[in-house]
Amino acid sequence: MSKHSNILEMRNISKRFPGGVVANNDVTIEVRQGEVHCLLGENGAGKSVLMSILYGLHHASDGEIFLRGEKVKIASPKEARNLRIGMVHQHFMLVPTLTVAQNVILGQYPAGTVLNMIPEVSQKLVELGRRFKLPVDPGALVMDLTVGEQQRVEIIKALYHGADLLIFDEPTAVLTPKEIAGFLDFVRHLRDEGITSIFITHKLDEVIAVADRITVLRDARKIGTVLAAETDPSELARMMVGRDVLMKLGDVRHDVGEVVVKINGLSANNSRGLEALSDVSFDVRAGEIVGIAGVSGNGQSELCLALTGLLESTSGSIQIDGEEIARLLPRGVAEKGVAHVPEDRHKLGVILPFSISENMVIHQFRKEPFSKMGRLLKKNISEYSRALTTEYRVRMRDTEQPIGDLSGGNQQKVVVARELARNPRFAVINQLTRGVDIGAIEFLLKKILEARNKGTAILLVSTELEELFAVCDRILVMSGGRIAGEFDGGRENLEEIGMLMATDVAS
Amino acid sequence: MEDFSLYVPLITVLAATWRMATPIIFAAIGAMFSEKAGVLNIGLEGIMLIGAFSGFAAAVHGAPIFVAFVFALLVGAVAGAIFGYLTVYLKTNQIVVGAAFNLLGLGITGFLYRVGDFGSSGIKISNPISIPFLADIPFVGPILFQHTPMVYLTLPLVFMAFFVLYRTAYGLNLRAAGDYPNALAAAGQSVNLHRFSAVVLGCSIVSVGGAFLTLSYTNQFVEGIVSGRGFMALAVIVFGRWTPLGIFGASLLFGLFFALQLFLQTISDAAIPYQAFQAMPYVLTIVVLVLVGGRSNAPKFLTVPFQR
Ligand SMILES: Nc1ncnc2c1ncn2[C@@H]1O[C@H](COP(=O)(O)OP(=O)(O)O)[C@@H](O)[C@H]1O
Ligand SMILES: [Mg+2]
Repeated sequence: MSKHSNILEMRNISKRFPGGVVANNDVTIEVRQGEVHCLLGENGAGKSVLMSILYGLHHASDGEIFLRGEKVKIASPKEARNLRIGMVHQHFMLVPTLTVAQNVILGQYPAGTVLNMIPEVSQKLVELGRRFKLPVDPGALVMDLTVGEQQRVEIIKALYHGADLLIFDEPTAVLTPKEIAGFLDFVRHLRDEGITSIFITHKLDEVIAVADRITVLRDARKIGTVLAAETDPSELARMMVGRDVLMKLGDVRHDVGEVVVKINGLSANNSRGLEALSDVSFDVRAGEIVGIAGVSGNGQSELCLALTGLLESTSGSIQIDGEEIARLLPRGVAEKGVAHVPEDRHKLGVILPFSISENMVIHQFRKEPFSKMGRLLKKNISEYSRALTTEYRVRMRDTEQPIGDLSGGNQQKVVVARELARNPRFAVINQLTRGVDIGAIEFLLKKILEARNKGTAILLVSTELEELFAVCDRILVMSGGRIAGEFDGGRENLEEIGMLMATDVAS
Repeated sequence: MEDFSLYVPLITVLAATWRMATPIIFAAIGAMFSEKAGVLNIGLEGIMLIGAFSGFAAAVHGAPIFVAFVFALLVGAVAGAIFGYLTVYLKTNQIVVGAAFNLLGLGITGFLYRVGDFGSSGIKISNPISIPFLADIPFVGPILFQHTPMVYLTLPLVFMAFFVLYRTAYGLNLRAAGDYPNALAAAGQSVNLHRFSAVVLGCSIVSVGGAFLTLSYTNQFVEGIVSGRGFMALAVIVFGRWTPLGIFGASLLFGLFFALQLFLQTISDAAIPYQAFQAMPYVLTIVVLVLVGGRSNAPKFLTVPFQR
């Protein structure tokens, strides 16, 4: 094969899920033999789905795949592996209680094998480890390995079964900064050994560090493929987050009220125990919307969880009207007048099988007029919920149907209605518009402005810059768990904000 | 020389230990296969009863002891197939199905025993086989080398279980099915098929453990003859940390308590009611579970149906 031959072409791939989500829309990518090809895009852009199609986990609704010049149909991961495609998933497919060698061979024996061949596998693993500079201990239990080492097991498993096209789905999301450096070195080494890699990520610095070519996806579509040598982070950031321009919905206000929220030196760890939020300090005033911009995964989630009592901070203070709330439990925080529109709506925002009414009074059902001596007053609850759903134009059959029946946008309206109806002192709003259609986006943003005008202090976290420009009075950029910069809420700062988002201050 | 008054009872008790442990070893090893693959079967008691009855029924109708055991094994496999179909494929709650099997085992065997004609003279059970020379060694001989074939068979059974689990591809798949089934599925294998096969294999062995009670221990079927051994087997698996050797050892401990209990009943005076001794193995079950329950080695996906 010539130097520039394509090992893989995916042509005009579309994927529609039942229920109407279009995850890939006419996407075409070409991957060259022996290159490191980055697939870049925001969360939800369709990267994982595209690669799942290549690996046989999903089936494309439309489009064709050519592998090494031949048209192929890939119905299952097994077939993908037979075609020498390997995938390292975001969530490792390893059995913690088995050893490295056992995991490598698990379920992939040659037909008719009776014995488990562990001695043979172990020996071959040691040889492979030497060749690929990827030393592994075949007898170690997977649960005793660090996350980085487990990832190596996944990689060597693919290599063991003969893969020469490797797909990595957000491989660095689970690694420490030091492990990331080692991993990027290793990917370069794979390239020297003639292995082709497709590397999914949304971190720009990694892309620049390791890629030969980069394909950017946004909103299920391909935006373009560029040479790493000929691009820079700000161009990539623009390709990634660019979006239809939303009009500025409210004026930027400077004449805001007193300080409501005072955050000082706040730090917190993520669920894997790594520091995700480092020494963050800022204020939010009454009647002000402060936006948090940033590529997802830079500490925004942890910030919101810490502010609402759902995540214990490791240090620092959070004051509401001068009162410390950093040690309170979620209910205590809510009772201090803090509202929360969470990022993960299904996990933290609503209880899917419960009715719209029940979801509407989830903070207040213990008190009158919604209950009396432990008995729910259904009539009052329904009335309250009917008034709010009308105000928010929630499309539904009636207030007693399960909220799970509603579309994402209508569920979000219920959450926002519930949170803002309490006239909160402080509202933490994370990814307000995720999974919400354009019409509803504008409606919800206007409701947020209404709350601001009534004097609520608002923190609006979003990966969509346009959403922030539409309503924010001030914008803070988060990167690597820190506040990397502060800007006025006008869109004239787009370029500079994009640049800041792209640089990871932690590394 | 030894104190003669203690020497004889000691031999009696120790010789009975392995014999008393045998049905529990079979039941626990069988259930271990199914648990390793992720299916908890609390219906062991019922399946042992079915095994005890079917073996007995075959023997009464003239089957040689060996054939009667094979018959019990097949009936156990059928019971396992039903259990596996309900829990693995229909994903019915494993505890509920297990409880149903216990009730069903008791009801069905009791019913069939009453409506059928099984005489009252019992059957001719297998005789102990004395291993030449070894059986004559003092002390050790009667304890280890004068048993019925099924008792000796527990050794190859434990070895077989160890070999299958830790030396074969199938065993590796089973362990993955119980500890992280998604990995097995990702490797292109059917989790459900592995679980189902483990349940069928397991229940066959459990059923043989039940048949031991009527074919090698007593020569009669009595309603409820298993009397809690199925539940003890569940405790034994926990105590044995889900390993064949551990299960063998834990079963011997239970066997020892059964043997001790029998012996103490014979010598007890009226001051201590014999029921107090009878309760010993059951009390041990509870003690074991309380002591070991916390730091367990259980398959991570035990009782969790596989969805994908
Ligand atoms: N199995 C599925 N069923 C329905 N929708 C899905 C499924 N998997 C992914 N999606 C949706 O497809 C879109 C793209 O997802 P994904 O490819 O995972 O994004 P990312 O670029 O972050 O990897 C998202 O809107 C997601 O919600
Ligand atoms: Mg993804």
